[in-house]
Amino acid sequence: MYSQVSVQADDFDIAKECAALRKQDGGIGAIAQFVGVMRNSNDGDPVLAMELEHYPGMTEKAISEIIDLAAQRWDLCSVRVIHRIGKLLPGEQIVFVAACSRHRGEAFQACEFIMDFLKSRAPFWKKETLADGSSRWVDARSSDTEALERWQ
Amino acid sequence: MIKILFFARLREELGMAELSQAFQGSVAELKNLLIAQGGNWQVLAGENIVCAINQAVAKDSQLITNGDEVAFYPPVTGG
Repeated sequence: MYSQVSVQADDFDIAKECAALRKQDGGIGAIAQFVGVMRNSNDGDPVLAMELEHYPGMTEKAISEIIDLAAQRWDLCSVRVIHRIGKLLPGEQIVFVAACSRHRGEAFQACEFIMDFLKSRAPFWKKETLADGSSRWVDARSSDTEALERWQ
Repeated sequence: MIKILFFARLREELGMAELSQAFQGSVAELKNLLIAQGGNWQVLAGENIVCAINQAVAKDSQLITNGDEVAFYPPVTGG
């Protein structure tokens, strides 16, 4: 199975990523894609910007391990993950996950599985800037832990 | 010597991203040693603080040896 993980400050082009995946393996019959986008509010407050910190080295390793877990569970052709770091503005793309398989069922499930695990295991942290100029670290959500539990 | 890294809220509250020191023992022992320094080090006592050894999540009982890279960080919030 082919996989590629990128942690980068730059934005990404979904159409280009999808085209590259289709070209890379003629056996692909389904690509399930997820794009995480920065919201303009959180916990009831308008958010002006967000800073994404990560643990260089461990981040890539943790995501690769998640992809390996997915590949053990489903028959996948390829997986592509891109996660942005640094400063982001509302409406910007944060994360991209594409899972490719021969048939759609596996692609859909693997895409969601990878996102759920990424949320709870990959070492990224968000700090948001509010309208009054103050900033705060985003708290982890219990719903993310619950999302993980249904895969056990 | 071991290298200790701090991320996100912990890095800010401790006012440092990295620390080098001689240490041999478990994760719990390292935590206690750091917390015993007083002041802001109490933040490491938080129940949900994660520890990683050589970039893999570690339990409190896991042993740290010379040359290891240890990291402490709050629950992750990526995606």
